[in-house]
Parts: sequence; C-alpha cells; structure tokens
Amino acid sequence: MKLSREQLISIYRTMLTIRLFESRVADLYARGTIPGLAHLYIGEEAVAAGCCAALRPDDYITSTHRGHGHVIAKGAELKLMMAELYGRRTGYCKGKGGSMHIADMTLGILGANGIAGGGLPIAVGAAWSAKWRRTDQVAVCFFGDGSSNNGTFHESLNLASLHRLPVVFVCENNFYGISVCQQKHQAISDISVRAAGYDMPGEVVDGNDVLRVYEAAVKAVGRARKGQGPTLLECKTYRWRGHHEGDPNQGERYRTKEEIATWMAKCPIQRLSRELIHQKIATRKTLEAIEQEIHEAIDAAVAYAAQSDFPALGEMYEDVYASEVNSK
Amino acid sequence: MREITYTLALNEALRTCMLEDERVVLLGEDIGCYGGIFQVTKGLQAEFGPDRVVDTPISEAGFVGASVGAALTGMRPVTEIMFIDFTTVCMDMIINQMAKMHYMFGGRGKVPMVLRTNIGAGRGTAAQHSQSFHSLFMHTPGLYVAVPSTPYDAKGLLIEAIKNDNPVVFVEHKRLYNTKGPVPEEPYRIPFGRAEVKRFGKDVTVVATHALVLAALEAAEEAAKEGVEVEVIDPRTLTPLDSRTLIDSVKKTGRLIVADEDNKTCGVGAEFAAIIAEEAIDYLKAPILRNCSPDTPVPFSPPLEKAYMFGKDRLLESVRRLMAYA
Repeated sequence: MKLSREQLISIYRTMLTIRLFESRVADLYARGTIPGLAHLYIGEEAVAAGCCAALRPDDYITSTHRGHGHVIAKGAELKLMMAELYGRRTGYCKGKGGSMHIADMTLGILGANGIAGGGLPIAVGAAWSAKWRRTDQVAVCFFGDGSSNNGTFHESLNLASLHRLPVVFVCENNFYGISVCQQKHQAISDISVRAAGYDMPGEVVDGNDVLRVYEAAVKAVGRARKGQGPTLLECKTYRWRGHHEGDPNQGERYRTKEEIATWMAKCPIQRLSRELIHQKIATRKTLEAIEQEIHEAIDAAVAYAAQSDFPALGEMYEDVYASEVNSK
Repeated sequence: MREITYTLALNEALRTCMLEDERVVLLGEDIGCYGGIFQVTKGLQAEFGPDRVVDTPISEAGFVGASVGAALTGMRPVTEIMFIDFTTVCMDMIINQMAKMHYMFGGRGKVPMVLRTNIGAGRGTAAQHSQSFHSLFMHTPGLYVAVPSTPYDAKGLLIEAIKNDNPVVFVEHKRLYNTKGPVPEEPYRIPFGRAEVKRFGKDVTVVATHALVLAALEAAEEAAKEGVEVEVIDPRTLTPLDSRTLIDSVKKTGRLIVADEDNKTCGVGAEFAAIIAEEAIDYLKAPILRNCSPDTPVPFSPPLEKAYMFGKDRLLESVRRLMAYA
C-alpha cells in the first residue's frame, strides 16, 4: 500500500508522540507527581498509530485502561491529557476521570475504560448508531488478549456480525493479562481464529510493523464503511513496561529480562525510522527535528498541567447528572 | 377519562416517542413479534420495523453495552431486560459504564437511554425471576430510577425517561401490568423527583412503592372506617427522590410506615427510614415501621411465596400498631 511522504511522517510523529508522552509519564509517576495508576503503552505504538491513521475524524474508537496511545493517535490534546493525569480541573475530565477515562466526543473518542472488555459492546453500539443514523462512520474497538476471554468479546462479535455493523475489533495481543501469560489464559495462540466462530474475517498482523497494521486497518475499515460488516484484527505486540508503573521491575515477576530485551529489539518506532531514512523519505535531521517539536509540546503540556488548579471541592458534586433541570 | 392497563400505557409511551423522534429505538429479548414477555412492546415491531424494534440475542452485556454506545453517539435507546434478575449479567454495563460515563468524562458525553425492567414476586417463578432489588440502582450515583405504580404514572414517567438526557432505570412491576386506570390519550410528562400524595391524611404516613401503593390505599380505606386518616405517598422516582414531601408529611403525622418489596436489609425502605431519622426524628410519636420482603431469596412453593409477600392486611396491622402509641 503506497503512503505519501506526508502520511508516513504523520504516522511516525504519532508513534513518537506516544512514546515520549509515556516516557515522561513514567518519569513523573516515579517522582510522585502523577497520582493513581498509569498503564503505559510503550512498545505497542504501532497498533494505535496504524489503526487511527486509517480513520476519519468523525469515526469512533473505544479504548482500554492502557489508553493513552489510542487517544493520542485519535487526536487528543496533550495538554488536556497531562492535566487530567495530574488530576487538575483543566484536564479532559475536569480531574474526575484520570488516566483510564479520557474521552472526547468531538474526536470520536468514546472513552478509555477501566474495565477489561468494557469497551467492546460500546463500540458495537456506536457502530449500530452510525447505521441507524445512516452515516458511514466506523467504530474501532481496541482491547487486549486478556479481554478476549471476557463474555463481552463474544457477545460483541456476535452482535456486530449478526447486524453487519461497521466495527473493527483490534486485539492488541501483548501476550499477558497483567501477569498471566497467554498460554496460561487461553488454549489458542492466535485469537484471530475466533473470528470464524462469528463468520467474520480474522487476521493476524505484526503489531510492531506500523505499515502492516495500517494496511490491515485500511482494508477492515473499508469493508466496514461499505456495509460489509466487522473484522477481527489481532496485532501481536508487547508492552515494554510493567502492567502499570507500580509493577516491580517492569514485570520481572512473570517474564524474563531476555524476553523483554528481545521485544525491545523489535521497536516499532526504530523500525519505521530506519525505513524512512533508508527509503530517503526523511533524513535523520528531519526526524530529530520532529522529536524536538514533540519534546517541546510535552514540556508545554507538563507546564500547563503543573500550573493548573485542582478542582474546587464542590466540583465533586457536579456532572453526576447531565442536567439538573428535572431534579427537585 | 378512558381507562387502560399499565401495559398499554407503557406501550403508548413508547409508540408516542418513536413516532416523534427517530432516535428512539427499542432493544431487548423477544420484544418483536412476540411483543415482549409482558406484551409492553406489542405491535411496535410491526409498525416500526425490525431495525427500530430489535429482537436481540440472549446477550444482555452485549446489547445493554451497545445501548450505552448508541446513546453516547446520538441515539435514544429504550432497552428491555426481561426480569430485573437478569440485570446481574450486565451489571458492569449498567453500574460502571452507563451510570458513570458522564461523570468520569467530566461532563463530556451523555447517555440518554432507558433500561426498562420489572420486579415482583407472586408468579411462582422462584428466586431468579421474582426479585425486587431496585434499591441497587437507587444506590448507584448517575442513574435515575423510576417506579410507576399506576397506568397514568407509567405513561408520563416513561415519556419523561425517554426525553431525559440521563440514563434511567425504569422499574415496572409484574403484578401491575394488568391493572387499569385513567390515562389521557395525549402525551404528557411527569417530572422526576416529584412524589405524589395519593391520599391525604393526618394520622399516619405510608410511603409505598409499586404495587404496595395500591395496597396502602386499600389499607387507608379500611383504616378510615376505624377513624384513622392515613396519608399515602408514592415517590414515583427513587432518584431523584422527593424527600421533602416525605419529611413534610411525617412532620404532620408523626408516624411513618414504609412499604417496599425489596429485601429489608439495605433496601429502599431503609433509606426512607434513615431520611426521617435524620431529618424529622423529633416529630415522631412512634417508631418507624418497615414493611419489606424478608431477607431470603424468593421461595418457590406457593405457601412459602404467599408468606414471603404482603399487602393490605400487613399494612393495616402496621397502622393499628403505630396508632397504639399516643
């Protein structure tokens, strides 16, 4: 699939933004600046960047607890994200949601989600809504190998297939549900085979190769948009960090240093940058300039977050209901 | 005014809203040609087609979650869960998703959907088709909970629920479906959070929900013959709750009887009693009496189920007990 220079650079920029944003979060978390939980996406950037590059601004995504990458790839603002992670009132959710609940309806981001498997039926509903409203919008649903054992996975694939809904189910198989490796949580090694049970195409994709992810996503999104129904894409990838930033030694209780090193050698960002330079699409200098710009944007986001106020205590009681006009 | 059943009143509300707003779609098990387990959606699939009145698979987490996604993206789904007992298999979608999204997202996104279901024992259907745990939804911030007791309230509250921008758990009652009452032909809305005093009295307040409102009115009729004036309050919505009307009534009567079919422990009745204990204890002339279901699963055997349930007689006895206090 032929991509323009502009598109390739844009995909590179997205992946690197995710990587640098997450690296900064790791640092801030370690310093105690960011409270709560931080489930980082480092190592998996190609999946979000490749899939979202295949989407229109009015398409939908549902995300997971490990959602920063998805929402950045769908266009979320770093300032509002960082402020939310800091728990500030200027954040995406006014400081009421935090890392796992970033949402922006205007960008089609129907929420990161703290419940494993929680986003799948919601994506199905968004796709159903597009069909009811007679638009050609598509919903992309990100979830992990762990969630593929949840009932919502099976219920969602069944509903989407039955009604030929415009959904692309993107399984990020990073081989672990927290600490439990895939061999211990399911009897299959390719989750994509489950697509056959719901009469939809299923495909295994190298989730560390953003161009292959993009290619598969374009095909699946195209099918969905044409009313040909859902697809299950299984992107095999790996999280470099622990399940969350409190997971000791990046998850060495349940995986070896060697295994982590093997996957780090398959870095999706280095892979693309090598390709861009080799193909003479970009020079090292251009890529360094992009990196510098991203650092500046993240610095600005951190400054914005740090300078923002915490919510006033009374704000706890706001937004429980959409409008209080009907209440007593 | 013409009289129609609770079932037909609900059906009219759905039909009215569907005619008026094409964003309103119905989802649920057997709601199409079958008309719904209690016939609430009878005829609607024939009129509006299978795309707007969707017979779903037995897949509650799937279709309730899909309703949440559809509501977030511009639709107004009205989704039927055949019995409240079955909400347990999709509780994540109700409690973690539907109820919390607006708040978690800092006000970004609305979930204007209605989850219709029903409570009530008395049909010999044992512990998984007869429960009345509507208090669970009252307990959950972010949900509105409507509890109609009459055909009139059923229609007006359901239209309001569908037009409301918040997620509403609309709790119907099995024993009320065939009851009849006056219902205007034209559409009307009953605002949430306004209790109705179904009968005025000065001696005892009975706050009752669902079928127990009717039982309380019968008990009040009998008590009147004994010279006791019972005030019967129907909150109509548990969230928002019109606690003002309840408190004012108890300040007047000094006696409170609670009648609700949930289990006694941590049920709706406990909340009503607690409100009065906090806000009006100085006005009480007698202890608060809670009439609720026993803290057991609903038993199957007919004599056991009969003993599990209560109605007019128990409420009348409660009135007499409270009137024994000076």
